[in-house]
Amino acid sequence: MPLNWKTGGLLLGLVFFAAVLLVKPIGVSTQFVILDGIIADAVNPELVTQTDEGYTSTNAYLAKSGGKYAKSVANPLNYSFVFVIAMMIGGFVSAMARGGIPREDRSVPALWRANFGGSPAKRYAAAFLGGFIVLYGARLAGGCTSGHMMSGMMQTALSGYIFAAGAFLAAIPVSMMMFKKEA
Amino acid sequence: MTSILLALVIGAAFGAVLDRVGASNPTIINKMLNLTDLSLAKAILLAIGTGSVLMFGGQMLGLVDVGHMSVKTAYVGVFIGGLLLGAGWAIAGYCPGTGVVAAASGRKDALFFIAGGLLGAAAYMVTYPSWKASGLLDKIAGGKVTLGTIPGAKYEGLTALPGDILGIVLGLAFIAVAFALPERLVGQPAQAQPAE
Repeated sequence: MPLNWKTGGLLLGLVFFAAVLLVKPIGVSTQFVILDGIIADAVNPELVTQTDEGYTSTNAYLAKSGGKYAKSVANPLNYSFVFVIAMMIGGFVSAMARGGIPREDRSVPALWRANFGGSPAKRYAAAFLGGFIVLYGARLAGGCTSGHMMSGMMQTALSGYIFAAGAFLAAIPVSMMMFKKEA
Repeated sequence: MTSILLALVIGAAFGAVLDRVGASNPTIINKMLNLTDLSLAKAILLAIGTGSVLMFGGQMLGLVDVGHMSVKTAYVGVFIGGLLLGAGWAIAGYCPGTGVVAAASGRKDALFFIAGGLLGAAAYMVTYPSWKASGLLDKIAGGKVTLGTIPGAKYEGLTALPGDILGIVLGLAFIAVAFALPERLVGQPAQAQPAE
């Protein structure tokens, strides 16, 4: 069972506050680009190159804003990339400490099972498609639920409000159409 | 090195809390998005409000460095990207951060989410020049702006209202909405709600 919303919300708020107090606001989706860059640069070392001023790339997206993404690709041991690795460690330890995810939920979550059956292949296909759309959208928007919605609205950023409006305007109808049966 | 240590500590705390509030469980995400169980929405609203009140309060007391703020640019693509992310969030039940945590906690479908996500991010990297040329990435309403004008911040305000006080007021409003929101907006509860 999850924490009740008051304890959970307070803890989540404290983490977002700690991040901006000690370093900078939390964000995640950029790191998918950085990992793509690391993989692509391993295959083709011409992708990211060092210049007199820093780093650049043959890919226009990695090269934008003075090559800041190119720099992260060349130096993966940076704050934001390590942050996401640490999230995985924290998520793993927390899940193990509460006994792990129930076996049947590991491939097909309960609400999905109630609406679309227990086929893992179907669920995996939807998760893959959803992942593609989520990250394409997050990069177009310049951030995701963490960076735009939570960190952004917390800082009263106009962009955070625009993002949240778009996200819920699409997410609520899609979810209501897809998940009519209750788990 | 300090920054790497901080990344490890704050990142691990964030991952653990996402797991504990249920944000990395697709069932809980879609019960929120189809409006049948808003507990997670209440937690998120409370978190945004708490973060806001502490950050702006800390700034006013001089305890929090205003320079740590990082405000993203507003442009039309933020809205379009938000729509896409929202649709995918409902389909998969994961967003980028929660998908990563879910995979680490043992959810196999989240591995497929991450694979799709890496491909989606790569597709954006390749198509970025067309978006750039379309003008949809051009800043609107001043770009990197906050709703009020925050003393000492490098960002402009959309209004001349004092941004730190506005931040605290909005933060309190988020907390109030978190408490006011019913547990459920759609359909009939399966059983009577116990009195609190």
